[in-house]
Amino acid sequence: MILRTLLTLLWLAGMFVSPAQAALDPALVKQLNADDTDQKILAIKQLALTADADTTRVLQALANDALLIDGDRVIRMDGERAYDAVTGQEISPLPETAATLVINNRVRGELATTLAALKLFVPNRDQRLAAAKELEDNADPFFIPILDRALAQERDPEIKDLVAQARALIALKSPDPAKRLAAVKILGESDNPSLKVRLIALTDPAKEPDERVRIAAKTSLRALNARLTLGENIERIFSGLSLGSVLLLAALGLAITYGVMGVINMAHGELLMVGAYATYIVQTLFRHYFPGALDWYVVAAVPVAFFSAALAGIILERTVIRWLYGRPLETLLATWGLSLILIQAARVIFGPQNLAVANPSWMSGGVQLMSNVVLPWNRIIIIGFALFVLALVWVLLNRTRLGLFVRAVTQNRAMAGCVGVPTGRIDTLAFGLGAGIAGLGGVALSQIANVGPDMGQGYIVDSFMVVVLGGVGQLAGAVWAALGLGIASKFLEGWVGAVIAKIVVLAFIIVFIQKRPQGLFALKGRFVEN
Amino acid sequence: MKRRNFFKASVVSLSLAVAGLVSLPALAADTIKVGILHSLSGTMAISETALKETALMTIADINAHGGVLGKKLEPVVVDPASNWPLFAEKARQLLTQDKVAVVFGCWTSVSRKSVLPVFKELNGLLFYPVQYEGEELEKNVFYTGAAPNQQAIPAVEYLMSKDGGGAKRFFLLGTDYVYPRTTNKILRAFLKSKGVADKDIEEVYTPFGHSDYQTIVANIKKFSAGGKTAVISTINGDSNVPFYKELGNAGLKATDVPVVAFSVGEEELRGVDTKPLVGHLAAWNYFMSLKNPENTKFIKMYKDWAKKEKLPNADKVVTNDPMEATYVGIHMWKQAVEKAKSTDVNKVIAAMAGQSFKAPDGFTIKMDEKNHHLHKPVFIGEIRPDGQFNVVWKTPGPIKAEPWSPYIPGNDKKKGEPDTK
Amino acid sequence: MKTDRRIPFVIRFLSATGRRGWIALSVFALVTCVLLPAAHLWLPNGHPLHVSDYVITLGGKVMCYAIVAVAMDLIWGFTGILSLGHGVFFALGGYAFGMYLMRGIGQDGVYHSALPDFMVFLDWKAFPWYWQGTDHFLYAVLLVLVAPALLAFVFGFFAFRSRIKGVYFSIITQALTFAFMLLFFRNETGFGGNNGFTDFKRILGYSITAPQTRVTLFALTALMLMFTLVLGRYLVKSKFGRVLAAIRDAESRVMFLGYNPLWYKLFIWTLSAMLCAVAGALYVPQVGIINPSEMSPANSIELAIWVAVGGRGTLIGPALGAFIVNLSKSWFTVAFPEYWLFFLGLLFVLVTLFLPQGVVGLWQRLRARSGR
Repeated sequence: MILRTLLTLLWLAGMFVSPAQAALDPALVKQLNADDTDQKILAIKQLALTADADTTRVLQALANDALLIDGDRVIRMDGERAYDAVTGQEISPLPETAATLVINNRVRGELATTLAALKLFVPNRDQRLAAAKELEDNADPFFIPILDRALAQERDPEIKDLVAQARALIALKSPDPAKRLAAVKILGESDNPSLKVRLIALTDPAKEPDERVRIAAKTSLRALNARLTLGENIERIFSGLSLGSVLLLAALGLAITYGVMGVINMAHGELLMVGAYATYIVQTLFRHYFPGALDWYVVAAVPVAFFSAALAGIILERTVIRWLYGRPLETLLATWGLSLILIQAARVIFGPQNLAVANPSWMSGGVQLMSNVVLPWNRIIIIGFALFVLALVWVLLNRTRLGLFVRAVTQNRAMAGCVGVPTGRIDTLAFGLGAGIAGLGGVALSQIANVGPDMGQGYIVDSFMVVVLGGVGQLAGAVWAALGLGIASKFLEGWVGAVIAKIVVLAFIIVFIQKRPQGLFALKGRFVEN
Repeated sequence: MKRRNFFKASVVSLSLAVAGLVSLPALAADTIKVGILHSLSGTMAISETALKETALMTIADINAHGGVLGKKLEPVVVDPASNWPLFAEKARQLLTQDKVAVVFGCWTSVSRKSVLPVFKELNGLLFYPVQYEGEELEKNVFYTGAAPNQQAIPAVEYLMSKDGGGAKRFFLLGTDYVYPRTTNKILRAFLKSKGVADKDIEEVYTPFGHSDYQTIVANIKKFSAGGKTAVISTINGDSNVPFYKELGNAGLKATDVPVVAFSVGEEELRGVDTKPLVGHLAAWNYFMSLKNPENTKFIKMYKDWAKKEKLPNADKVVTNDPMEATYVGIHMWKQAVEKAKSTDVNKVIAAMAGQSFKAPDGFTIKMDEKNHHLHKPVFIGEIRPDGQFNVVWKTPGPIKAEPWSPYIPGNDKKKGEPDTK
Repeated sequence: MKTDRRIPFVIRFLSATGRRGWIALSVFALVTCVLLPAAHLWLPNGHPLHVSDYVITLGGKVMCYAIVAVAMDLIWGFTGILSLGHGVFFALGGYAFGMYLMRGIGQDGVYHSALPDFMVFLDWKAFPWYWQGTDHFLYAVLLVLVAPALLAFVFGFFAFRSRIKGVYFSIITQALTFAFMLLFFRNETGFGGNNGFTDFKRILGYSITAPQTRVTLFALTALMLMFTLVLGRYLVKSKFGRVLAAIRDAESRVMFLGYNPLWYKLFIWTLSAMLCAVAGALYVPQVGIINPSEMSPANSIELAIWVAVGGRGTLIGPALGAFIVNLSKSWFTVAFPEYWLFFLGLLFVLVTLFLPQGVVGLWQRLRARSGR
């Protein structure tokens, strides 16, 4: 986002060095502040017809809430500096009475299309593409001349297609059947869901007199529908994967502390919370000290969250949990008490409200796979992050000395102690590792959900379900369980709604445990009961 | 040994019980006790804590200006911990043990429903400061928040207007509990009366604490392909953050599909990165961004209070609609007590009718003579990048509340005043 | 065991509780069924010994919790099965009796219909099948006893047959209560959604807010608590109770000795659920509201904590624990509204760390020390 704005600014600076502002009609600029929205929009469009750099600048300022009004004067803000919007003279100091020129959604929409139309002729390809996308849905006949000009000039095929579609959409309303027919055929290649209604309307003999157009519309509609259904299925699977990876991140730490060590850690949710709060603190620090690198705060937050949660975990282990090994049900109660304390501590220190943790620009928005499928970046990155954490845990458990010891203690504590494994220290470290992984989960959660004192409570039940379903002590089990639950919930949700989907999933877990009392992947080997 | 143990333990338990239960009756007579019943822990703390602070601030302010009837107000704060039966217990405690003259409190409908029988039984007085679903009118309660016709219906009318985008299709999305259900039922009837067909209305509910809105956002997108769509959100509390994050990242912009929310205000937006949300709407009876002397005074008072009390993030505190409603409610109660020259509940109830107060919303608002609700102006605001709202539409003046919505069948026979029985 | 057969059941049942136990119970009965009600009903409001209705309702509520705690202890303390879903049985009992109370509102609701307000609101024209007959008091009582017991029996049968135990069992009971909570949250389920049942008017024709009704419920709850304790004592002291303890300590050996633990576990599990349900039924008219949040997993965890605080494996302990935790909660939430969670959390941690046998264990230790 910041990059894009910067480019815009550069482009503006490059193209329009001279601050000549004479072309703006003062009356029109003033009309931007009209009480009536229609008047405002009219002013915007009329200004746009002059289509020069000053207009773009003023309109852009209007869209960014950077146009102020002070009595009769319209002021354009550029960063901290203020200019008269009409004359271009710098105004200093800014009068106190100046108030932001308020626009509503309708104006904002019109403004976006207008600016897009103006931007169809920029040298930068990305900007043109964005502009064409913006116009695709919202073109109105007002822009026909501009679109035609763009069609004639544009060389990039992708942009040209989009512009052609926008043009075709307008042509659908044309009185000439031949034009409509051509338009319908062009639209058949689109995967834009909003075209569906228009095409359906064109298959109706009452609305569309020309039979050829109706037939073409039907063909186009069929092609469109097939593409839309494909898109929906892709999206459903993706959202299932995404939910699964979130569940996995939330549960992985628990899979270690509970699965491997047998500690029922009801404060697990609060360790997630510690990670998320750490992310918030890192964000605040970046905002203060490195505003330039703000976009990368999440990367810095990853180790910070890991170590702060691990530290919290180690403290919990040393002070409380180590006295309770071998009494799993009692750790449950003690850690429940700890979780109450941690929640209230967060409430007292940070306040009971949620805190704003922003997606960095590279995690905002999404990849437009198809017109009806947008895969959000934050979700894609979280899937990747889940894989990374999984790999990290796997390496730590299977390729390091610590991991070897942890596995040894898991399998036979007494024997491990006999051959010299320092079981006490291993417990502490393993618990710290589990807590640290929970902290990493917290970083991921901060990017998609709340950061607040109660956030952990929402995940604790789900996390336990994942671990138990997967089978205690099994990482692979947790992975399969998380992905399975994620995809199943998403498909069920599409079918019966969110509430019933959740109930069905819980019922499924209860039934499943009856069949496989040790979870998906039971530990192999002989173990003495109790 | 076991038996003796059993015996002694019983005695201990009994004496503990008696010690815990019997408390000394209040002796102080030179103060008027005022109960504050807001959750300070549990899921609702996120919203209700600010109301407790507002109430304490208002009470401190009234005391600084000489109190009520020459007596100081003494706030009694309890924490019902977002636990509904505990609300009833605490209400009873405030009324019978602490003998408070009035209680300011509750947020959720279920907490209000939980304390109602207690207030009726003990003839207490409750001021309820939050917008709610209506369908209720009790003698012992004054409702200083909005009824549906003071929030939901104007918002939808705005969305259907040209300026609001001329929405033709409506996606009603809410958390599965009574406020969204009732609001959506009223809205559905209202939309039908405006000629919107059933196929153009979609109603979807999510469980409490739902945090994965991928499917729902995808459905909104699909639904919006059928024509100009607006989303009417009654999503509660914590679920808003994931919903708006998903919405922003899925590329649904306010200019395409505006979302109007009835439970999202300045306080809730503090917890969200608002940049992707610019242009989405909220309907309230008060916004912090309103410009008038009363509001300036109110905001300054709260900011000073936050600094003095060292609230977390004191430099960033905001005011919102329920806070304003709390402030107005306490002042109106004070005026009514002064008019009645007594804190007696029945006299105060009688004196409340027709009370008016110059409120931070910029209007002199009035308590209805009969129906226990305030006449309130309605504002529709668009979210700004700084988490405040631009008012894009407002009613010309305060409008009267209709707790019995005419859009619910059978309500036409209802009286606009509490049953006196 | 042979001698037992000759003694009538009632005698055996009653004599399981010793003399001192009976003395304690009599004192308890005197206080809860005579003194407190009398002080509430006949002493004038300003009298220093007057007991306010707040005390009566709070006391009634806490005694309901105490019943639940004892029921929980039968299954956890004596049989070693930790349920994190007992809230569901408590709430189902409450809902079953709540249905009767809702029917008792009659036409006095907001919409003056024979149907409860929430059904009018859903545009339902008639009661759904599961509401049939709930206007009869005896049927409602039957429902309180049968519905939760049936759920417990079916759930327990499959779970114990599959030999699910320990933490797995705890987690699936948690899933059970969570699923039920979500189910009851739905408006269409027909139990009032999130608001649940509230604003009751009368019970068996008596006004629910009348002081007489209130003290009757209070005394009934006290009697039920005493019955639960006596029953618990009888069960624990019987041969049956010893098998339970054996299952707790070494289930495999019990099986090798020829017992089938399934039926033992299933019996005590179902009984425990029934006791919870009765407690729930007594709780609803006194507290005045039942809603799905009673089934939230956190509530059920708290039940376990009462037992742990009081002392697992003793009968009086859990009851004491329920009193201590709830009364301190009532007090903390007023005295330190901002910080009470710290105290509560700390209490749980300290009790598990230093008082593994709970308050009763502490008492025994102190006695043992002073005795030496």
